[in-house]
Amino acid sequence: MQDIIVEAFRKALELIFSGNSEVYATVYRSLYVTGLGTLLSCLWSIPIATVLGLYSFPAKWLIKGIFSSLIGVPTVALGLLLYLFMSHQGEFGFLHLLYTLNGIAIGQSILVTPLIVSFTASALGSADSQLRDLAKTLGASSLRCNLAIMRETIWSMVLAVSAAFNRGFGELGVAMIVGGNLFQETRVLTTSIALETNLGYFDVAMAYAIILMAIVLTISLAINLVERLRQEEMPWKK
Amino acid sequence: MEARLQLKKIEKNYGSVKVLKDINLEILGTKTVALLGTNGAGKTTLLRIIAGLEERDKGSILFNGKNTNGKELRQIATLVFQKTVMFGSSVYSNLAYGLKIRGKKDYEIREEIARELHTVGLKNFEKRKARKTSGGEQQRIALARAFLLNPQILLLDEPTANLDPYSATIIEKAIMRTKGKCTVILATHNLNQAKRLADDVVHIYEGRIVEIASAEEFFNNPRSEMTRKFINGELDY
Repeated sequence: MQDIIVEAFRKALELIFSGNSEVYATVYRSLYVTGLGTLLSCLWSIPIATVLGLYSFPAKWLIKGIFSSLIGVPTVALGLLLYLFMSHQGEFGFLHLLYTLNGIAIGQSILVTPLIVSFTASALGSADSQLRDLAKTLGASSLRCNLAIMRETIWSMVLAVSAAFNRGFGELGVAMIVGGNLFQETRVLTTSIALETNLGYFDVAMAYAIILMAIVLTISLAINLVERLRQEEMPWKK
Repeated sequence: MEARLQLKKIEKNYGSVKVLKDINLEILGTKTVALLGTNGAGKTTLLRIIAGLEERDKGSILFNGKNTNGKELRQIATLVFQKTVMFGSSVYSNLAYGLKIRGKKDYEIREEIARELHTVGLKNFEKRKARKTSGGEQQRIALARAFLLNPQILLLDEPTANLDPYSATIIEKAIMRTKGKCTVILATHNLNQAKRLADDVVHIYEGRIVEIASAEEFFNNPRSEMTRKFINGELDY
């Protein structure tokens, strides 16, 4: 076991520095589909979260509950559903999204929507009352109050989006079923790992897994570092 | 014209709990009025209603004879909360927030903030993170933030609660400097603070006004038995 891990690390480094264009292309495709998917999701998730977090209306608790429970939706189930919609005879077959990177991106955007909505709405909701009172007593209109609350919770939103990116980056079901794992076309890191494992090339699979983990960790650490720098009173800011 | 704040038959319920009952109060001019009462007497709720942050269930609030709603109240009154709330930005941004809303120019904002920070003993604090300052400093920032807006009614909810004597003294001095500039309503259960700062005292007990008197009369010759017990620390709550 230990040998496999050590060998995997060696292989990962070799793959990264070998100049193997397919490895870079796979990493690029992964970043592309998840980046696009997360951005797409933000277009509707953040407005939905804002409404859920800042306004009161009947059945709000129900909608929030539905989004919360959908966070853990199995990716294969969603992938299958999307496959049916995107297939030739499906409602969205005319868009020819099946077995394309954009198809995976759309699938991932749907996958991460509940996560962004729930986390962002929760952050906005919990920051609400005191900050709203403060902004109000300083003379802010309702719109300004909401903007102030959103500015205060911007970092929670960034964390929600980064969590969504990580969820999309590491998912397999949608990428495999909607993308089809086509060589040099729709193969991403997770589908590569699944394929190499099936073929018995555990060291290569592990190498891809290490690359995937390294990217996720790097992004998370970078965001944490920025947050730390933002929070800390740095000498040069005094 | 002398400012005139009138509260008429204010009532407020939280569910089945009556928090304020038939509150009638008139404050003339730029006085400092202390709202005295035990914990849960309704002082904070009353302040929040005057600040336009809470809707009353019944009654009306008149300012200079004109009936005012929550939005109008928020233009004339500013509340400093018991538990200070700061935006997660710099002290400068916290202080500038209300001034920007009022359309002040940047150079005016800079000058006014520097002056006000000096007044509350926080000179050169502009670039500090507001939430990283101490409790006493935050309360002084909150006061400066309210002073900067030149409100016609300044509402202070237990402004020195949980503060060390040094910070409390600075805050009391800052409040004293507002005398003659605006109407100050100060909620407190600190009798000595009310003695030091207030022109008039309003005693609230279980949501009802028990006594309204000048500070001297209130402490030396209370009319109500309830007030006498409160002053002597005999009121059970």
